Amino acid sequence: MKKSVFLGTVAAATLIAGMASATTLEDVKARGQLLCGSNTGLTGFGAPDASGNWTGLDVDVCRAVAAAVLGDSTKVKFVPLTGETRFTALQSGEVDVLIRNSTWTYSRDTDLKLDFVAVNYYDGQGFMVKKDLGVSSAKELDGATVCIQSGTTTELNLADFFKTNKISYTPVNVADDAEALRQFEAGACDAYTTDASGLAASRAGLSNPQDYVILPEIISKEPLGPAVRHGDSAWGDVVRWSYFTMLIAEEKGITKANVDEIVKAATDDTNYDPEVRRLLGVDGDMGKLMGVDAKWAYNIIKQVGNYGESFEANVGTNTPIGLARGLNALWTQGGLQYAPPLR
Amino acid sequence: MASPLFVRNEMLPSLPPPARESGVVKWLRENLFSSALNSVLTVLAGLAVLWLASFILPWLAHGVWNASSVAECREKVAASFGPDAAGPCWAVIRLRWNQFLFGLYPQAEYWRPTTAAALLMVSLSPVLYYGLRRAALNITVTMTVLLVLALIGLGTDWLHIAISVAIMLALAAVASVAPKRLLWLTLLFPFIAFFLIWGGPVWTAVGALAGFVIFAGVWFLAQKSVGVVVGAGIALVVASLWWTSLQGTVTGALATALPWGLPYVVSDNIGGFLLAFVIGITAISASLPIGVLLALGRRSDMPLIHSLSVGFIEFFRGVPLITVLFAANFLLLYFLPPRTNFDLILRVIIVVIIFASAYIAEVIRGGLAALPRGQYEAADALGLDYWQAQRLIIMPQALKISIPGIVSSFIGLFKDTTLVALVGLMDPLQGVTKIVRSDNAWKGIYWEPYIFVGGIFFIVCFSMSRYSMYLERKLKTDHR
Repeated sequence: MKKSVFLGTVAAATLIAGMASATTLEDVKARGQLLCGSNTGLTGFGAPDASGNWTGLDVDVCRAVAAAVLGDSTKVKFVPLTGETRFTALQSGEVDVLIRNSTWTYSRDTDLKLDFVAVNYYDGQGFMVKKDLGVSSAKELDGATVCIQSGTTTELNLADFFKTNKISYTPVNVADDAEALRQFEAGACDAYTTDASGLAASRAGLSNPQDYVILPEIISKEPLGPAVRHGDSAWGDVVRWSYFTMLIAEEKGITKANVDEIVKAATDDTNYDPEVRRLLGVDGDMGKLMGVDAKWAYNIIKQVGNYGESFEANVGTNTPIGLARGLNALWTQGGLQYAPPLR
Repeated sequence: MASPLFVRNEMLPSLPPPARESGVVKWLRENLFSSALNSVLTVLAGLAVLWLASFILPWLAHGVWNASSVAECREKVAASFGPDAAGPCWAVIRLRWNQFLFGLYPQAEYWRPTTAAALLMVSLSPVLYYGLRRAALNITVTMTVLLVLALIGLGTDWLHIAISVAIMLALAAVASVAPKRLLWLTLLFPFIAFFLIWGGPVWTAVGALAGFVIFAGVWFLAQKSVGVVVGAGIALVVASLWWTSLQGTVTGALATALPWGLPYVVSDNIGGFLLAFVIGITAISASLPIGVLLALGRRSDMPLIHSLSVGFIEFFRGVPLITVLFAANFLLLYFLPPRTNFDLILRVIIVVIIFASAYIAEVIRGGLAALPRGQYEAADALGLDYWQAQRLIIMPQALKISIPGIVSSFIGLFKDTTLVALVGLMDPLQGVTKIVRSDNAWKGIYWEPYIFVGGIFFIVCFSMSRYSMYLERKLKTDHR
């Protein structure tokens, strides 16, 4: 008797707990902290530094979401997730959003019941070879040994690429990036293949970077973006528009430094660019539609910066990784980064 | 004229043994060149060692301690030893050692885990060297000195140093007067360490401790009338009631009334060797008693207890640790209410304890099986009941036999803590190394973190192994 009462109470408490947490947005607001699924350590995208501060391109999107929802970009708890644990952690509710250089694919979108809400970095798989190999195109790699991280999509892409081009290769399987570099540098393989962003970072870590070249071919599409759980579209909207705000800000030339001036100018001048006025909450309250503060976009730009600033600070040409904008330039500059109109 | 009689009245000094029968030559001849085959093997082995050393020693000799990035290290090696020279970049360890030891633990709070480590050694002393005044005193004083040096090195403020030293000196006094009393510290240590490492209001730890006190009290009162096992069951139910329903309210009220405590440190920031030790020590100390109970359960005549123990042991011995870790990470969350925040480190510790207990149980069962049947019969003949017999006659002998196996399990367990990197925890070997490598300055570092972490693991595991040898010698009562 007593036991059944106890079990009944537990079941009821479980149900209530389940019902009480209706949407992720409300959860995050109630908790006062965003739980952001991050990489355990990937240069330029998401890693804690020597004093434990997280930095990176993905990390900035986490911070933008926190700035939009909570008004404070520091109210984020970064949950380090490995390749194996990331999707389950999102599904089970251990994290609110997964921003961990995860490729948007059909099966992840459908079968794994994730919603990829945007693409914050367009990546693709490339090759790095030693300069003295005298190869200028990946199609000349016939008979080469290739270092490849086992168990990744890059392994499958590699097989597809060599098959379609009717050339042969010998794979050398390695566990992770550091080991791959070690093998590659020691001459265990002629070429090393991984995502192009990773290649650039890896090349910077070699002892003689000038002896290695990254081949021009990109053999796969790897759109990396933030993912949320299926069935919580309102939360998906918040994450999506937090990211788009960073894009719109870059498009409109609003930066961390000048956002205050622009708010002032837009407030004084009613003929100022109407989209900027809407974005910065000067004209109307666009935040209400999404359930966040009217100043949400201002908070993102003020505390995190626009997409271009984030890109240059974390992976851009002035960093050791030295990635060019390429596909990740704004659509106005020939890239793919395109935010829908804010109205 | 000299007498023809010759009587030697003094002994001639003995001659040294022939050169080939003494000293180094003899040792070499007997151990390395005793036959043609052995001579060849010795030469080959010597060449192999030299060949390896010719790579490793120059590399080690080219170490760089002062640099801010891999590139700078390489420049310095090239500048000092020529363009083709390679050398280890120990600068990465010098600059990032704190992350290898503490993970992302806030730097201002480093004194907390450090003090916990010193207290750990002191609270281990009565377990490792029970009642030995000199050992207890030596350990306590040494740890006090080390703690002060460490705290000064970490730049701790004087208030905390003074408090830590005062506590340590009090413990040293206890150690010199009544070393056996230090056992109380050992019992309290889990709660002290929990409070020091995680922080928060002091009442949380006190509340958890109160549950154990309730458990012990109820058990003590109940076991006289209903027996040891049923008494423990009743006590567990009462204690669980306290933990699940009452504790939160009481400690919450206390925390508001008397807000004593330390800044809270979230579990995600705990990493490096701090994490390895938290998981390792907890699992080691919890798995031994559970393992003993399981081993007894497996030899029990009661079918239910027997089959439950066998099922538990065989299941967890048959499953790889990684599987269990993944289960802790994923499966538990699916069974809990949505968005329950059940600490990952806690989940991992629980499954590691379960896993280790199964192994310890089998090691101890081996010890139990090795005891002659006469010992059990002697215990019965003396009129001891089951628990008295176990406590006074069976277990002391069985555990003594099992020492090498138990310690070997513990060593394995401690090294297995690095596997938690697979569920995203910051273990010293992979987790922290990955973070360090993701820094642009240290991209391309490879061996140095492995050597550093491997070295510390070796020291810890080797100490455990030496201690087990000491314990075997100390407890050896037969076949001298």
